[in-house]
Amino acid sequence: MPFFTISKTILRSLFGRPATLMYPAVPREYVEGSRGHIEIAVESCSFCSLCQRKCPTEALSVDRETKIWKIDRLRCIACNFCAEACPKKCLSMATGYSPAVTSPGETEEHHA
Amino acid sequence: MRTIIPFGPQHPVLPEPIHLDLVVEDETVVDVIPSIGFIHRGLEKLVEKKDFQEFVYVAERICGICSFIHGMTYCHGVEQLMKIEVPPRAHYLRTVWSELSRIHSHLLWLGLIADAFGFESLFMHSWRLREKVLDIIEATTGGRVIFGSCKIGGVRRDIENGTLREIAAKLRDYAVEYKDLGNVFLNDLTVKRRLCGVGVLSGPDALGLGSVGPMLRASGVAQDMRLLKYAAYGGIDFAPVTAEEGDSYARCAVRIGEIFQSVEIIRQCSEKIPGGAIEIKVTGLPEGEFYARTEQPRGEVIYYIKANGTKNLERLRVRTPTFANIPPMLKIMTGCQLADVPVLVLTIDPCISCTER
Repeated sequence: MPFFTISKTILRSLFGRPATLMYPAVPREYVEGSRGHIEIAVESCSFCSLCQRKCPTEALSVDRETKIWKIDRLRCIACNFCAEACPKKCLSMATGYSPAVTSPGETEEHHA
Repeated sequence: MRTIIPFGPQHPVLPEPIHLDLVVEDETVVDVIPSIGFIHRGLEKLVEKKDFQEFVYVAERICGICSFIHGMTYCHGVEQLMKIEVPPRAHYLRTVWSELSRIHSHLLWLGLIADAFGFESLFMHSWRLREKVLDIIEATTGGRVIFGSCKIGGVRRDIENGTLREIAAKLRDYAVEYKDLGNVFLNDLTVKRRLCGVGVLSGPDALGLGSVGPMLRASGVAQDMRLLKYAAYGGIDFAPVTAEEGDSYARCAVRIGEIFQSVEIIRQCSEKIPGGAIEIKVTGLPEGEFYARTEQPRGEVIYYIKANGTKNLERLRVRTPTFANIPPMLKIMTGCQLADVPVLVLTIDPCISCTER
C-alpha cells in the first residue's frame, strides 16, 4: 500500500530503545583507537623538534634550551602525524576531546 | 511579469551556501543565474606551501562528506607519478573505506532530500541509520568523517580479517533497515508526488551538459569511474546502478540502489582481501603530471597533479562532481515550479565546499 509506508519504522522506534544518548547524564564511550587528542610523556622526550617540523598545522612548538613542549589545542587536527614521526615514541593519540581553552592561541605547556 | 527571487546563500534547505537568482514568471521559474564563491579557501594554491606528503590532510579537508575519496584520489595520483606499487591489502582497505563513505554520504543525502520535501521523521531516520555507519568508520579509522587513514604508499591502519567480516555482517543486518527506508522513498504516495516527473533530464542532455555520477546514471548513461579499476575495483564484481527516467525519483532510486551495491562490494572485499603489508616506504620525489579520476558518492572527481621533482607540487587542480553538475541543475530548474526549487537543488546532491575548494 503506498500510504503509511513508514509506519513499520515508526512502530519500531515507538516501542524500541531511543537511538540517542542522554548526554551528558550518560557519558559517551569512545571506541579504542578513536583519534581524540595528542598526549606526551614529556620525561622521555628528547626535544628533537621533529614533531614540530612534521605538524601540518604548526600546532606544536618545541624549545630545546628550556625543555618546554607546547601544543596549541585549537590548531591541532589530531592527525597522528607527529606520533608517527616521534623517534622516542613519547607522543601518543588518546581518545576523548581535550579540555576547552579560554582564548585563541593559548598553548598547553609541558616541562621536562 | 518577471520577478527575480534571490535563493540562498542562506536558505533552510541548503546545507551549504550557494546563491541562485530565480527569474520567475508567476509561479514558473524561467531562468536561473547561479553564483558561487562564498566559501572559497584557496586549497589548490596551498599545495605550493605544503609538503606533498602533508597535503593528504588538506586534500581530505576539501569536503567533509567524501573526505576519504578526496585523500585517496590525491594519493592515487601521486603514487602513479612516483610509480609506487601499493600493496594489494591497502588497495582493498581503501575500497572498503570508499564504500563506507559512499553509504554514509547517500544516507545523508536521503535525509536532506526528505527534509527538502518536508518529511521530517524520514530525515531523522535516515540520519539515525547513517550514525551507525559513522560508528563503524570511527572504530576502524579513528575519525567520524575525516578518516585520516590514507597515505601515500598505502594506508595507516589495518582492519583485521575477522573485524572486516563482522563489519560486512553488520552491514547486512543494517541493509534490512535500509530496505525499509528505501521503501518509503520509492513507494510512498506523498514522496512520489514530490519526486516523480520533477526535473527531467534526458540522457543526451545529461551527457552534453557534462553531468556526472548518480545524476548521469539516473538518465540512463552507465558511466562509473570505478570501472577504471583503480584501488581494488578490478577484482570486484559489480555493475553501475542506472535508471531511465532522468527525474528526481530516478536519481533517488539510483542512490538507494548504490547503498545496497556498496554493502555488496564491502562483502566481496571482506572475502577476497589478501594478506600482507598495508604500506610501503616512500622514497624520492614526484615528477611529471597525472590525471587521477575516481568515483565519489556525487560522481567523478578529477585531480590534475603536476610535480617538478621538489617536495612541493607545482600545480593541483580539482574538478569536483558538484561543479560538473551545476549546468545540468540549471537546465532542470528552467521551467519548473517555484515550490520544486528546493527539491531540484538537492537532487544533484550539492557539495559546495567541494565546488569552491
